[in-house]
Amino acid sequence: MSITDIVAIIGMAVFVPLLGLLFMGIARKITARIQNRIGPPFYQQYIDVMKLFSKRSNISHSWVFDIGPIFAVVGMLTTMLFIPMGGFQLLSFDGDLIVIMYLMVISGLGIALGAGASGNPNSGIGVMRALVLMMSYELPFVLILLSVMLYYNTTSLAEIVSKQADMAWAVLALPLSAIVADICLQGQFGEKPFDQPIAPAEVATGPMVEYGGKYLGMLMLWHAIAIIVEGSLFVNLFLGGGIVFDPSTYVGMALNFLVWIGLVFLMFFIALLINAVMPRYRIDQAFAFYWKWPTILAIIALIYVMVVSSW
Amino acid sequence: MVDEKEKIVSEDMGVQVDKKEDIEMRSFGTIKRWATKRSLWMVHYCTGCGGIELAPLMTSRYDMERFGMHPMVTPRQSDLLLITGYVNIKTLKRIIRTYEQMPDPKYVVAFGSCPINGGPYWDSHVTINHLDKYLPVDIYIAGCMPRPQSIVKAFDDLMDMIQEGKADGYLRYKKYYDKYKANQEKIFRKWW
Repeated sequence: MSITDIVAIIGMAVFVPLLGLLFMGIARKITARIQNRIGPPFYQQYIDVMKLFSKRSNISHSWVFDIGPIFAVVGMLTTMLFIPMGGFQLLSFDGDLIVIMYLMVISGLGIALGAGASGNPNSGIGVMRALVLMMSYELPFVLILLSVMLYYNTTSLAEIVSKQADMAWAVLALPLSAIVADICLQGQFGEKPFDQPIAPAEVATGPMVEYGGKYLGMLMLWHAIAIIVEGSLFVNLFLGGGIVFDPSTYVGMALNFLVWIGLVFLMFFIALLINAVMPRYRIDQAFAFYWKWPTILAIIALIYVMVVSSW
Repeated sequence: MVDEKEKIVSEDMGVQVDKKEDIEMRSFGTIKRWATKRSLWMVHYCTGCGGIELAPLMTSRYDMERFGMHPMVTPRQSDLLLITGYVNIKTLKRIIRTYEQMPDPKYVVAFGSCPINGGPYWDSHVTINHLDKYLPVDIYIAGCMPRPQSIVKAFDDLMDMIQEGKADGYLRYKKYYDKYKANQEKIFRKWW
């Protein structure tokens, strides 16, 4: 690993949370406009994180409680390293898509670990809901990943992106898979109707209920990174990773990066619009929903890909 | 306990604080206070009629999210405690519990005339007439009930006080903790 790689990794680890916080701020503004309010400024999320990190007392319950948020942020940052971001990919090898699937679970488990150590019953319920929700959307999502892997005949995310640049975007080639992946993305973002883990009116923000001050700031950074990583995974799988210009020139690289930011925001924006008008499912309804319709559609998509690729 | 030598008088807060806290307060103090005042998350304990005034304040009519204020559901995540109406002995226990769970810096806003002097319920045997004896209040809003405009004005004043470092209720609570506690225990015969 050369010095430029290390600089790139540090740069991305700083840039991605900032971008995610910007998205969250714009999301608050858009939600406010939908509700006919003026809303906070778009940089509100930066102020919130600054305030949380400048809190003077931070209540800890045990060392496991302390480790939870760090676990979550580090897990998400590690996932980020394997994901191509508009032509920049920090680490890559054959089969990294399978590794990403495992790594994305780690940060959720970190939260579960820390929240469980707080001993608050609301945390326990929130953790249970988060894990059930994760199990719900993973099944159709894994089937969709299988269909994409089969179609492009590779398990490398970078190769999927480069093949989409040569052929057509996967959203055109596999529209059914893209729809199912977008339904799963709603659950991954934790937007309504799938925000049962943090449901403020029911379980008082669930796993975060005992986290305040710097801990909550850390969790906010985690959420910001998670938005970018999950949105970026969808963009890489179905929207060609934002590679539309010739990446051999510097101008093309910069434009590709901007297109990638735009596409990730587009996916977040769609989830946001659904979030603004939907009520919340109960956790058992969400589970039944995910294992019924998206799973059936995912199996149909998988059969379609098998038939197409055998020709 | 902090040694007497460690204690110094902080000019900008007006309250005696120990050295470590003072250093923390002064490093990047301006920007920290600016961030704190622009992102006040509140836990609203709707004890009385004041709760109904918060609904137009949070929704599209007066929209307090413009100032970065946001209702939060747990005291661990909140900076601002709203006492919206009259307080009796039972609710005071819950209020103190909530207040002590909040991380510093934390601020208290008392709505209406009830927390000031008991309001129309002053002669009841369970009403707390002077909230300030049991809990440090940073800002009072007079009126029965105050309209949303005056609540917005109070929040505006509170933001100015935070920027100037005058909102020092939590420091007062720490400094005079034994006195506050004595007052609380006087009315709670059996604690909790």
